[in-house]
Amino acid sequence: MKQFSYIRAEDVAGAVAALSADPQARLLAGGTNLVDLMKYDVMSPATVIDINRLPLKDIETLEDGSLRIGALVSNAALAYDPTVIDRFPLLASALLAGASPQLRNAATTGGNLLQRTRCYYFYDPSSPCNKREPGSGCGAIGGVNRIHAILGTSASCIATHPSDMCVALAALDAVVEVEGPDGRRDIPFLDFHRLPGDEPQYDNTLAPDEMVVAIRLHPDHFAANHSYLKIRDRLSYAFALVSVAAAIDMKDGAIVDIRVALGGVAHKPWRNPLAEAECAGKPADEATFRQLAQRLLAGAQGQGGNDFKIPMAERTIIRALTQAASGTPQVQSEKAIR
Amino acid sequence: MLHADAERMAIPIVITLNGRQERLNVAPWVTLLDLLRGPMELPGTKKGCDHGQCGACTVLIDGQRVNSCLKLAVTLDGAEITTIEGLGQPGNLHALQQAFVDHDAYQCGYCTPGQICSAAGLMNEGHAHSREEIRELMSGNLCRCGAYTNIADAIEQVMGQRSGKSYKEAAE
Repeated sequence: MKQFSYIRAEDVAGAVAALSADPQARLLAGGTNLVDLMKYDVMSPATVIDINRLPLKDIETLEDGSLRIGALVSNAALAYDPTVIDRFPLLASALLAGASPQLRNAATTGGNLLQRTRCYYFYDPSSPCNKREPGSGCGAIGGVNRIHAILGTSASCIATHPSDMCVALAALDAVVEVEGPDGRRDIPFLDFHRLPGDEPQYDNTLAPDEMVVAIRLHPDHFAANHSYLKIRDRLSYAFALVSVAAAIDMKDGAIVDIRVALGGVAHKPWRNPLAEAECAGKPADEATFRQLAQRLLAGAQGQGGNDFKIPMAERTIIRALTQAASGTPQVQSEKAIR
Repeated sequence: MLHADAERMAIPIVITLNGRQERLNVAPWVTLLDLLRGPMELPGTKKGCDHGQCGACTVLIDGQRVNSCLKLAVTLDGAEITTIEGLGQPGNLHALQQAFVDHDAYQCGYCTPGQICSAAGLMNEGHAHSREEIRELMSGNLCRCGAYTNIADAIEQVMGQRSGKSYKEAAE
């Protein structure tokens, strides 16, 4: 790890001021991703701003019924929060599908949003990577790309976003509250992460002098029919090859509202709200789910090593929606797919 | 790293380590793991992967299990840290340490301090209510000798004792 100077921020304004003074500085929360990347010299900030003292650790229900989750709430605290379990079980389940208990104790909500890709070439400073070093090329295209993206890729980058939590937040249409020198603004979740295009160095639409302060969830109607189904190389503590956050609002077996977000397949959690809207009024059955899966995967393209993800994603979407419709969500401690 | 730089940039912190207050000056880039094994002379906590993937470095920070390899010590001002040395000592073993001995829950022993600290954290958390859940919630600790079955047995035994009945009964 390269040496750096350390600033301990005491409040949000202080952290934003320190970041504005040096937009190359990095904010340190749980450290589970940043410290790791610093050990590999993938990220080598000259200044690290410790935000662990900031008062962003509350989960509160707002007057309109929304849930506001502070950026420093740990992944474990969020996953086991009684309100989250009761009203947003899809989010709780996705959190428990990710990482290990130790990592969930340290990792934060804001940090989970901002975690970098797990692409092997990004992690290896001796390989070309347009995300790590713009213009250097992409080792994964034509290389070893079993874990890489099948949707929304570019000629510059085929990396995926590794989060489970974010897949659930995408399905739930969360809002990201950010603060910069000019005050606060809201970013709709689907606009927060971005596709790589020809600037894969940018994972998201956060300005360099802004920080995430909270996530808000709308008053819900998906507590009954949901499932988070994650397919990976081992049954715990591994990143997703494909994951699906599925949520359905049903009446008499017909779809009122349906949400499907995919993880492990793109540079951001993948959704198709138009295709979802077209399901309204249709029966919540396999035929509808298959049609929706095919719409979601339209344009999917394998890179050689990850071709298997396309049929796997279709099957996982149908399975997750079937679990959701029947009210039998995947339980993350169960070592079999329901 | 140059020693002079480390001294010049060191930042004062106060931590409670295994019940004892320590006033320290730490360079910002020193991890808790390196602080423990180096200056604190507590080599019970093991460095496995050093990247948060194996769990060998697991310690308790304010009662919660955490990978000490990914925690910068400078961020821990005011924290209470418990390592394997603080859980129990020869002649006065923690129930989990004794259970690991009873169940032969290791071969080489390298992952054991992390396994035991993790199991202590698991019990503090209170979210495991079945063997299946113990296994899932211990998945952050790898054992390359493959002693997993015996590790789960040891933890099950202690959890059963804590609830005053056999764990299998408690689960039913």
